[in-house]
Amino acid sequence: MAGIVGYGAYIPRHRIKVEEIAKVWGADAPSYKKGLMLEEKSVPSPDQDTITMSVEASKRAIKRAGIDPREIGAVYVGSESHPYAVKPSGTVVAEALGATPDCHTADFEFACKAGTEGMFVALNLVKAGAVKYGLAVGADTSQGAPGDALEYSASAGAAAYLFGNDDLLAEEVATCAFMTDTPDFWRREYQYYPRHGGRFTGDPAYFKHIIGAAEDILSKTGLKPPDFAYAVFHQPNGKFPFRVGEMLGFSKKQIETGWLVNKLGNTYSGSSPLGLTAILDAAKPADLILMVSYGSGAGSDAFIWRVTPRIEEVRSLAPRTRDLLDGDKVYLEYGAYAKFRRKIRKAE
Amino acid sequence: MPTPSKHWREIPQRYRLEAGKCTRCGYVAFPPRLVCPECGNREFAPVKLAETGTLLTYTVVRVAPGGFEDEAPYAVGIAELADGVKLTAQVADCAFADLKVGLKVRLEFRKLSEDGAAGVIAYGYKFVPA
Repeated sequence: MAGIVGYGAYIPRHRIKVEEIAKVWGADAPSYKKGLMLEEKSVPSPDQDTITMSVEASKRAIKRAGIDPREIGAVYVGSESHPYAVKPSGTVVAEALGATPDCHTADFEFACKAGTEGMFVALNLVKAGAVKYGLAVGADTSQGAPGDALEYSASAGAAAYLFGNDDLLAEEVATCAFMTDTPDFWRREYQYYPRHGGRFTGDPAYFKHIIGAAEDILSKTGLKPPDFAYAVFHQPNGKFPFRVGEMLGFSKKQIETGWLVNKLGNTYSGSSPLGLTAILDAAKPADLILMVSYGSGAGSDAFIWRVTPRIEEVRSLAPRTRDLLDGDKVYLEYGAYAKFRRKIRKAE
Repeated sequence: MPTPSKHWREIPQRYRLEAGKCTRCGYVAFPPRLVCPECGNREFAPVKLAETGTLLTYTVVRVAPGGFEDEAPYAVGIAELADGVKLTAQVADCAFADLKVGLKVRLEFRKLSEDGAAGVIAYGYKFVPA
């Protein structure tokens, strides 16, 4: 039986409030807050990127797993904000963790589902016996164009998962994918900001793929929504995960433990993986968890995890996600945020 | 800005805090040395530095050297790590008013510098409040 042997989260300390962004663009903050169910989002400092957050989240996963990093045979970082266009994030992450040189790596990219695709591959390499431990990270420092609706949500964070065959804290019950060619959100080469299809990102994109993957995995396993203690869906805004959950038959109570987006924003590749870390922080042995990611372009990965008694032994070995989210925050004004995110054009 | 090869040579120390511990007298050399300055021994065992410590002193750099101009003002400190080694690094994520001798810190992986928009990115450790 294969599954999760360690997990870790990382969230930068800086935040910006919806009001602060709305003020600059003359937008109506209350309607954004109500419409998107967002209050604030995390902001990476200038010395943080997908690689630095991936390293910190992975170190926490290794701490919880209690393994020797040299036994990690594969490192996959999923992100749409890899710092280099050419040169893998995974090499830096694996080197910082001490997993090199006997280690596979390549970076994953699939809008917001690159992290869960990495999880699927790392988990299945472990199941196939090709590697003893596989590490997958979902991390992003995504940018929305100034003034665009995405600017209120695009945030930063990372979640890391170590997969193995023994000493599991959650075992894999099932996994499946639901993927089509759907151009709802994209960024062309050399473009700084992404573009999206507005309302087209809803029904034919987010909802169709999450519902497709969730229904597939439920029919495959014969499980029903009430069988699950928790469910986590991709969180591009506050409303979508609750709405898709309701459409599938999940209650607010099952979703809210892993629902971080109102205070975190959309961490893209880190979104549902970070939600799962918050659930693992709270879950009890034998709990079933449904996880469904969504990446524009478009596709969803679904996983069902069953929590083991080991969770009680390891969860306190690294910081809990809610503590990172609610802990020592520093609020930025738009000017500092624009500097942090390199939105200010300087002389060459 | 360090060349890619200089940055590459420092990876074991910058990324993983790899040090050398003298097999005779126990002196910890960071970065590693060929000869122990305490006893002249030439044999070292690889050790990893502790990732937590206490700030011994600090300063705020307001006029930064080349390559760090955009970061100024920033704090630099020396901390005594849990294993007794004294280490110099930037202190990130800490308001200057909160800097004080005795502050508990831990090491976090951060970007140290980058060679413009097209060059290599140098990563390494910084202190952050524990």
